[in-house]
Amino acid sequence: MTSVVVVEDLLLLRDGLIRLLSTNGLDVAAAVDTAPAFLEAVDTHKPDVAVVDVRLPPTFTDEGLRAAIEARHRRPGFPVLILSQYVEQLYARELLSDGAGGVGYLLKDRVGDVRQFVDAVQRVAGGGTAMDPEVISQILARRSRTSPLAGLTPREREVLALMAEGRTNVAIARSLVITTKAVSKYIARIFAKLDLPPSDDDHRRVLAVLAYLNSTS
Amino acid sequence: MRTAPTYPMSGHPPAWRGAVRRRAPDMGRSCVALLAGGLISLAAIPLLILGLATLVISPLGYLGLPFLAVTTGLIRPLARAERRRVHLATGVAVAEAYRPLHGSVTARVRTLLSDVSTWRDLGWLLGWILAGAVGLAFLAAAVVGPSFIVVVPFDYLRGAGDGKVLELLPLGAFFTAVGWAGCRPVAKALAALSAQSLAPDESAILRVEMAHLAETRDETVDARAAELRRIERDLHDGAQARLVSLTMSLGMAEDEFDRDPDSARQLVIEARASARMALNELRHLVRGIHPPVLTERGLSGAVEALALASAVPVEVDVVLDERLPAPLESALYFMIAEAMANIARHSEATWAFVRLWREQGRLRLIVHDDGRGGADPARGSGLRGMQQRLAAFDGKLTLSSPVGGPTELFAELPFRQ
Repeated sequence: MTSVVVVEDLLLLRDGLIRLLSTNGLDVAAAVDTAPAFLEAVDTHKPDVAVVDVRLPPTFTDEGLRAAIEARHRRPGFPVLILSQYVEQLYARELLSDGAGGVGYLLKDRVGDVRQFVDAVQRVAGGGTAMDPEVISQILARRSRTSPLAGLTPREREVLALMAEGRTNVAIARSLVITTKAVSKYIARIFAKLDLPPSDDDHRRVLAVLAYLNSTS
Repeated sequence: MRTAPTYPMSGHPPAWRGAVRRRAPDMGRSCVALLAGGLISLAAIPLLILGLATLVISPLGYLGLPFLAVTTGLIRPLARAERRRVHLATGVAVAEAYRPLHGSVTARVRTLLSDVSTWRDLGWLLGWILAGAVGLAFLAAAVVGPSFIVVVPFDYLRGAGDGKVLELLPLGAFFTAVGWAGCRPVAKALAALSAQSLAPDESAILRVEMAHLAETRDETVDARAAELRRIERDLHDGAQARLVSLTMSLGMAEDEFDRDPDSARQLVIEARASARMALNELRHLVRGIHPPVLTERGLSGAVEALALASAVPVEVDVVLDERLPAPLESALYFMIAEAMANIARHSEATWAFVRLWREQGRLRLIVHDDGRGGADPARGSGLRGMQQRLAAFDGKLTLSSPVGGPTELFAELPFRQ
């Protein structure tokens, strides 16, 4: 069973998360409300994944994010899913900067879609990614003339967005109602247009895409 | 062996030539200053006549008021010209402290008439008509004297005036001496006199400052109230309404669970959609009030986040060794956000930069883009809004946007910690 550490300072949300995760086949090893307690729990319980709120006491700024980055520094590739009331591309870039995968960054609202949320936690625990569609749309909304995305067709953009969210080729195919073969073709074309060498590993490709997008800004 | 006598010979010209060389431009400048001062005093004469006419008319009540307004209104540019002249002549700037004029014509007239500086200017005007004439007289002497000396001998040789013309020679010499010797000190004295009578006293400066403070305070209060109204409306029509509909859907679902589970499920799905939209609206609202990233990362992080989201590539260089006070952080953030939005919307720029730094107790901000320029500060409320935000911090904003670009926004405000 996947073991989780929950880091959330609001009691209401913490209890909700614990209930939601444990009723969906995950083992909540610890639920804490501060950054130091989180780092300690990671050391003690060695969980498979941590679900962390960005904003924590005492300063209520971005301790959660910093602690998550610190935890990944201590244990490279330690899967972390960050939850926040809003998303910032800046933070996504920081989370992804170590290139190790196992990163999720979702709006708190997504918790409402229980199945998808649990799916995202599992995916991150397995080393995959789960980027909030809002982050993706922020990146896509730029559409500047100099952006490498300018050369993509609308369909290719759709595929790229789903890919960045962490969907598999099969899931992308289902979502766009096309064949998986067509999806692979789109992905190959996207990589060609973005000048990325092809790779088999799904999450690594997403990281490469995001890293590429962020490096040009 | 005899040595040849040596004479003090140096490469330098004799001392008097040096003195002349040093004095000549000074002399020229004094002459120009006197001429300009004289012209200003000539321009003052019709104003004086207008003023006297006003005095005559003023017993007629309101009829005299427009006259008075026009007269005092015209003195102001003349006094400004004189300040400029004194500044150019002496290198010392003369402060001015006029209360800003705006509103209806009567409001303007009232401000104009109750401004101490108006009456101070009037006093200067009366004195300057005389003083400027004195200056002109010295200037005339300096010019006419030498011309006598040059012309008289010719006239004498031509045999004009029975040789009596020679009597004009001492007069010419006298004019030359007085004019040349007097030009510089008189120009200097007149400038000092003018500066003295034009410079506002401390209470006038304070009064203008107070008026400015009251005005910016009113603007800030107005802006704050408008902001609160907008937030109230957004909450009322947005998140609150969604939560009401969500409560309704849940209530109905509660009733339906036993009778019709399928329709109950449909209602729960609707409720969740309402909740999601309410959250979305709240998120947008919060971003508009105070962006979370600003709380978390301060101005440099927040501006970087703005740059990441910008359609035009933006270079960010925010050099601050510590967090700014929250109100200042917020004002600067929204100003930069507005500037960047303008760049994305109107400039057709391919590149921009934002630079913020501290220097000599001031914060300086530059937002620069390589777009097509031609931004008109008079059009649109953007710049006015930025000015209002800055005014609360005693900041100043300037926009340079020639047609063809580049556009540069420069803001500066006092800041000490």
